Amino acid sequence: MRMSIREAINQTLHEEMARDERVVVMGEDVASAQGGVYGITEGLPDRFGLARVIDTPITESAIIGAAGGAALTGLRPVAELMFVDFLGVCLDQILNQIAKFRYMFGGQARTPIVIRTMIGAGGGTGPQHSQILYPLLAAIPGLKVVVPSNAADAKGLLAEAIRQDDPVVFCEHKALYMDECEVPEGEFLIPFGQARTIVEGSDITVVAISRMAIIATQAAQELAREGIKVEVIDPRTLSPLDDGAILRSLAKTGRLVVVDEANPICSMASEIAAIVVERGFDYLDAPVRRVTAPHTPVPATPCLEALYVPTVAQVVQAIKATLDY
Amino acid sequence: MGSLMEYTTQELAKAYRLMKTIREFEERMRSEYQQGKLPGFIHIYRNQEAIAVGACLDMNNGDYIASTHRGHGHCIAKGCDIDGMMLELACKQEGFCNGKGGSMHIADMSKGMLGANAIVGGGPPIAAGAALSAKTLKNKGVSMAFIGDGASDQGTVAESLNLAVVLELPMIFMYENNFYAEFTRNPKPEGRIAERAGAFGMPSIVVDGSDFFAVHAACRDAIERGRSGGGPTAIEAVSARYYGHYEGDAQAYRDTDEMHRQRKDGDPIVKFLADPRASALDAETVAQIDADIMSGLDRAVERALAADDPTPDKLYTDVYINYEGEMR
Repeated sequence: MRMSIREAINQTLHEEMARDERVVVMGEDVASAQGGVYGITEGLPDRFGLARVIDTPITESAIIGAAGGAALTGLRPVAELMFVDFLGVCLDQILNQIAKFRYMFGGQARTPIVIRTMIGAGGGTGPQHSQILYPLLAAIPGLKVVVPSNAADAKGLLAEAIRQDDPVVFCEHKALYMDECEVPEGEFLIPFGQARTIVEGSDITVVAISRMAIIATQAAQELAREGIKVEVIDPRTLSPLDDGAILRSLAKTGRLVVVDEANPICSMASEIAAIVVERGFDYLDAPVRRVTAPHTPVPATPCLEALYVPTVAQVVQAIKATLDY
Repeated sequence: MGSLMEYTTQELAKAYRLMKTIREFEERMRSEYQQGKLPGFIHIYRNQEAIAVGACLDMNNGDYIASTHRGHGHCIAKGCDIDGMMLELACKQEGFCNGKGGSMHIADMSKGMLGANAIVGGGPPIAAGAALSAKTLKNKGVSMAFIGDGASDQGTVAESLNLAVVLELPMIFMYENNFYAEFTRNPKPEGRIAERAGAFGMPSIVVDGSDFFAVHAACRDAIERGRSGGGPTAIEAVSARYYGHYEGDAQAYRDTDEMHRQRKDGDPIVKFLADPRASALDAETVAQIDADIMSGLDRAVERALAADDPTPDKLYTDVYINYEGEMR
C-alpha cells in the first residue's frame, strides 16, 4: 500500500500497541487532538486510552528518564523527544542512565525503550529545531540509532525497534514525513545493521544517510544520463552500522563519497571514512570524499539554510571530482 | 501514626538487624577500602540507617527503589544479599553486576533495586518511570526515589515531582537531608526541601531521620497512599551524616564540635534500642543478631576477596553490539 512516512509511523504505532499491551506512547502533546506537531500519534488515544498514550508536561529529562525506568520494570515505552535538539535538555538520562543499564548492571537489566525524535533542516526552523545530532548518539555505547529514509523502512525499522530489548533512538527527518512509497502490509520487520542498496552501480559508491539518501539518489539519476553508474547505499541504522555492505560495495567500485547532513567534525561521514581507510584501503582508487553541512549552526533564514544542507549539485560535483582523481 | 503503632518482636528484630547490618557492612568496607582492597569511590551512610530501613520495611520485591551514590544502606534495606553486594563492591564476576557497576552503580533487579546512581539527581526520573509501570500495569506496586539534600536542587528532581503529581504516580520522594551537599553545607533550613516538594501539590512531611519509628510511620502512610491510588508523597528525613562525602574526605569544611555532637546524638541504632517501643527486643536477642551479622560479614568478605575477577572477554558482554576484533 502506498503511504507517507508519517502514515507509516502512525500505522506501526497502532499495530504495535494492538499487538503488545506493554507498549505505551509518552511525550509532549502525544494525546492531543491532532496527534502532535505532525499528527504522528493521531488516533492512538481514542483507540488505546490515556493510560497508554500518556501526555506529559514539557519536561524532557523526566519523559526520557521515566521511560527508562518504565522500561526497566515491565513496560515498552515509545517516548517522544519532539526535536532531537532537545537532547541538550535530557542527555544525562540517555547517556548515563538508559544506555548503560544493561552493561553496568551486569546484564540483569533490559531497557526496551524507543525514543522517537525529529531531525534535520528545512523550513527555516533555525538553530534549535533543525539539527541532526545522530553522530552524538551513535557515539554512545549501548544505544541503537535508526535513520529511515522512506516509508517502508520507517515501518519495518520502527516495529523492529519496539520489539528490541535495547534502547533505540529513531530519527525521523521532518522534511521527509510526506514522502510516499509502497509499504508492505501486515507484519514487516527490518533487522538492524542491514544497509539497503537504493541504486546499483559499478563506478562509485555513495553512502547517504536519512534525507541525504534521497539527495544522493537524485544525483545518481542525474549522472546516469551521462553514463556514470553510481551505487547508492542507505545504511538505515547507524548503530549498528552495516560496514560490511559499504566495504563490499567499495571493493566493486574503488571510490567512495559519503553524504551526511550532520556537521562534519566527528560526523558519521567521518566514521565511515575512517572505517574505509582502516579496513578498505586496498580497494581505494581515490581519496574518500565527504559531503556534509558546514561546521556551523543551522541558520533560520531560508537563503542560508539552502546553502547549509548538502545539495544534489554538491553531491554530483563530489562524485565527479572523485571519479576524476 | 507512629505513637499508636505497635511492633512485634519479629518486626523490631528485623528493623534492628537491617540497621545493624548496614552499619557493620559499611564499617567493614571502610576497613577493606583503607587497605586498598576495593576500587573506586565509596560513600558511607552511617547515621542515616534508620531512613533506608524505615523506608523499605513495608516494601516487597514488586516495589521499586532508585538509589544514590550513597546506596549501600538502600540495597541492604531492600533485601539485597550481602554476599552479592560484597562481591560487587570488590568488582568480582559473581557480583550483582559482574563487577561492572561497583559501589556507585550496584543494582539488583530481582529485589526491585533499580540501581545506585553516580549522577546526583539521576534516579528520580527513573523511579517515576517505575511508578508509571506500577500504575499502568495496575500491580499495586510503589516506587521510591532516594534524594540527598544536594540532589534536591537538581532540575531532574523538580521535573520528577511535577510529573508524579500530573500523572498521579504511586511514588515516594524520600529526601535524605544529611546537611552536606558534598563539601558544602546546605544553606536551606530543615523542612525547606519538604516544603518545596509540597508546593508541587503532594503531601509532604519532615521527620527525624535518626528515629526509625518516625521514618517508618511516615513511609507506611506514604506507601499506603501510593498503593491505594492516592498519588505521590514527599518525606524529608533529617540526619547528619557521620563521615565525609566519600571515604577519605578530610571534612575540613565541618565544624568539629558540631560534628561530634551530631555523631553522638544522631546514632539511629542507639536511639532505637533506647526507645520504649523497642523494649520487647531483649539484650540476648540483640547479641545473637550482632553475632550473626559479624559472622555473615566475615564469610562475605572472605568470599569476595578470594573470588575471581571477570575474564577479559567480559569487557565486551552485555552491550548490544560487539566490535571486538574490528575496532581494536
